[in-house]
Amino acid sequence: MSGSMATTNTLLPLRLVDVSFEAGGKRLLDRVNLVIDAGPRTIVLGPNGAGKSILMRLCHGLLQPTAGQIDFNGPETVDGRRRHAMVFQRPVMLRRSALENVAYGLALAGVPHARRLREAQDALEHVGLKHLAAQPARTLSGGEQQRLALARAWALRPELLLLDEPTANLDPSAAQAVEAAIQRMHEAGTKIVLITHNLGQAHRLGDEVVFLDAGRVTERAPVQQFLQSPASPQATAFIKGELPWK
Amino acid sequence: MGDFSAASRAALDLITGGDPRLFDIVVLSLQVSVSAVVIAALIGLPLGAALAVSRFPGRQALVVMTNALMGLPPVVVGLVVYLLLSRAGPLGEFGLLFTPQAMVIAQALLVLPIVVALTRQAAEDAWIDYNDLLRSLGAGPTRAAITLLWDIRFSLVTTVLAGFGRAAAEVGAVMIVGGNIDGVTRVMTTAIALETSKGDLPLALGLGAILIGIVVAVNAVAYLLKEAAMRRYG
Repeated sequence: MSGSMATTNTLLPLRLVDVSFEAGGKRLLDRVNLVIDAGPRTIVLGPNGAGKSILMRLCHGLLQPTAGQIDFNGPETVDGRRRHAMVFQRPVMLRRSALENVAYGLALAGVPHARRLREAQDALEHVGLKHLAAQPARTLSGGEQQRLALARAWALRPELLLLDEPTANLDPSAAQAVEAAIQRMHEAGTKIVLITHNLGQAHRLGDEVVFLDAGRVTERAPVQQFLQSPASPQATAFIKGELPWK
Repeated sequence: MGDFSAASRAALDLITGGDPRLFDIVVLSLQVSVSAVVIAALIGLPLGAALAVSRFPGRQALVVMTNALMGLPPVVVGLVVYLLLSRAGPLGEFGLLFTPQAMVIAQALLVLPIVVALTRQAAEDAWIDYNDLLRSLGAGPTRAAITLLWDIRFSLVTTVLAGFGRAAAEVGAVMIVGGNIDGVTRVMTTAIALETSKGDLPLALGLGAILIGIVVAVNAVAYLLKEAAMRRYG
């Protein structure tokens, strides 16, 4: 296993070249050029309808671009495991226990039965849900469900974790628990790409900001610089419109 | 009204008296309908789930067809199975006509479209929620269909029950392919039809009461199980 990893190229950087996406005659992403490197936590900011979710779905392979190229540096799967994972705004819980929800993802990734439960338990512990392992996933609270979704992604040991507004529907304390779990994944070496509306969250969790407006990347900057002195008029207006972050 | 109360009393006597004729008819009815539903479920559940997750040309036409076939007239199914199983028919060599097996085949054909159509609808509703996640985790269509079936298992109880209701209540198909032979292929619905035409209302009414009672009891038990499971698993 480790041998094959050593000879495999890293997944990142991810390169998007002139990527466009159209649906229903509307151009939702317009010639996006972007390089996502390993390391810094990337925050994708922008108003509703800017194309953030579409951009993330394209990167994850859930959508295909209508024009342009999306290329990872290395193969997207190694030994049956996808090397990038995604967590959605609204967590989808399978009708089974929390532990089995995590084990399900491992089963699809080809992890042998004997190792699945062990690895699923580790992932639950990682997000602070070990005590709820046996509980049916759909009976968990919203925040717990989102942490479980994180555990399910984490168990797959992705090199790139894509998160689409994971705390949008959560109260502050639940959001805080989710943020802490994301932070631990970052510290463990997973590249984080996070969509958010929340400038506070961008400030807390981000290293750099990619700002999207009307299907275009209008600005990319370190998070402090972006929040204090945005270069583009669209970003200035966006920051003004959102609640102050401190 | 006098007829009805007299017949009701006589029916009650038959039921409480444990009439062996009645007992045999009830047992055969259940054997036939339950077998038909099991066969239809084994074929129809995977088919419905597959239809929910797949996209191919002509799919919409197929969906409309299965929905329409839910209203298949039992006598027509009976007639078609009769022609297939009759001596001169393509399956005549098996000698199945006027046997309980023929009745199982006919009822399974009646129930199958119900199972397929209702399973597809439930699975497709769930698929809207699950699509992104399952594809993200790398599930192919087969795995996705199996996962959907398992996750909507509580809704499928209702689907299978609808099929059972259809099978237990129909008279046209089993009458034609079974022949309503006393002691061999006589089931509750064909007996009710026959006894009514003969004027033996107590037996007809007694059978009717048992038939309704069985359907209500099966549904009640299934409902309670489903509710308990839903509370447990969310």
